[in-house]
Amino acid sequence: MIEVENLVKKFEDITAVDNISFDVKEGEIFAFLGPNGAGKTTTIKMLTTLLVPTSGKIKINGFSAETKKEEVRHSFGIVFQDESLDEELTAYENMEFHAVLYGIKKELRKRRIEELLKLVELWERKDDLVKHFSGGMKRRLEIARGLVHHPRVLFLDEPTLGLDPQTRNFLWEYIKKLNKKENMTVFLTTHYMEEADKIADKIAIIDKGKIVIIGTSKEIKKKTNSDSLEKAFLKLTGKPIREESATSLDHMRLRKRFFGSRR
Amino acid sequence: MNSPVYIMWLRQIKRYWRSKPRIIGSLAQPLLFLVALGFGFGPIFEKAGGGNYLEFLAPGIIAMTVLSSSLFNGIEIIWDRQFGFLKETLVSPVPRYKIILGRILGGATVATIQGIIVLLISLIIGFKPTSIFMIPLAIFFMFLISIFFAGVGTSIASKLEDMQGFQLIVNFIFMPLFFLSGALFPLSDLPSLLNQVVKLNPLTYGVDGLRLSLTNISHLNLISDFFVLFICSIIVVFIGAYLFSKTEV
Repeated sequence: MIEVENLVKKFEDITAVDNISFDVKEGEIFAFLGPNGAGKTTTIKMLTTLLVPTSGKIKINGFSAETKKEEVRHSFGIVFQDESLDEELTAYENMEFHAVLYGIKKELRKRRIEELLKLVELWERKDDLVKHFSGGMKRRLEIARGLVHHPRVLFLDEPTLGLDPQTRNFLWEYIKKLNKKENMTVFLTTHYMEEADKIADKIAIIDKGKIVIIGTSKEIKKKTNSDSLEKAFLKLTGKPIREESATSLDHMRLRKRFFGSRR
Repeated sequence: MNSPVYIMWLRQIKRYWRSKPRIIGSLAQPLLFLVALGFGFGPIFEKAGGGNYLEFLAPGIIAMTVLSSSLFNGIEIIWDRQFGFLKETLVSPVPRYKIILGRILGGATVATIQGIIVLLISLIIGFKPTSIFMIPLAIFFMFLISIFFAGVGTSIASKLEDMQGFQLIVNFIFMPLFFLSGALFPLSDLPSLLNQVVKLNPLTYGVDGLRLSLTNISHLNLISDFFVLFICSIIVVFIGAYLFSKTEV
């Protein structure tokens, strides 16, 4: 379902993703782990056509991300690491906007939005502006939105960051169910090793742009001679803390936090 | 309706409608200009044989409102980039040019509404258009001005990541565009260098078209006003679409 071959992404002076290759089979839950700045988000951005790779090949659902962008974009849904909702719109409007962009006809649109909003338990709040939502509610809405067009692949970039255990639990249960029922492929990144351990069929660990190991949780633990995935992760990637360069985006967010939304 | 261009447009209208402080705030400046300049310069203008200055000024201030609203509208792209929503549109299977077209149309509609509000305000404080039947033509010219400058603002925003940079650039071009457009003074008998500069400014044609339709005073002519703005708008929409298509997040 996802085929990646010799993928490279260079920014001016650094190689963010350094010649990685892997395959994710249909219906698989694939966890992509790594310390901060390892290249996870850059990889997801390339897989989702937001960034053009420096070199290498990507195929999603059989379509090349280079030449068949539109088909690729129809094939996946994504929940981004940071917020991507329009806070000045209501929950329903956010869903509707998405559905129209994906060309879903009105009748089907109505049905699916209702169904999904009920599933993530936001139907009662559908006409509230998103800016009044809590972090967990926004996350749930983003997941519902990512599923409106029934994607074959769902990308989740640290979907449980900053959520309480209840919401985390709810999300994973739901994603597992979808994966089983619809045979939907799931590609996720997370910093919570227990979560990856519990949910993923296959795990890849990336560090400094290279994949250091790939396999099932069991295989990885065995190879590294560790009794938990976290220990294996630390063995493979070392203990020093990583720095991630701050972008102008982070500065903006900081400002937003200080001054509140200025819109 | 089921078109991405329409939903992009609708989103901007909704956002505009929901931010009442923004609507009111953006009307303070034109009102001040109308009152202070209109009544302040009025007597002198009349003595010099120019007629009623408010009649002359109102179309210029409407153009100013439309100019600033449409130009600054580009900042919404930067907002969307900063707060993540841009990604949502960029991963969708909609061609980039449709996204940008929806945005420009949305921004232009908002700017035109602002222009209409200022027209209403100027009516209240004493501006008298020659004929109410020409008002639709005036609104059409507001829309043309809006399309062009929304395209300019959007093009600039496509290349920038931070708001301060955008505000700096847009403020930098806003002043000369406004002052060198004939919004405040008649174009007849200008020094020749100034005259040439003014004729290079697309807003000049918008102001002239507006003034012609509202007060029947004109220094150029309707056909050239229309064509200059129309052609400039088409070009700038293409440029905007091109620049936006190169956007990465």
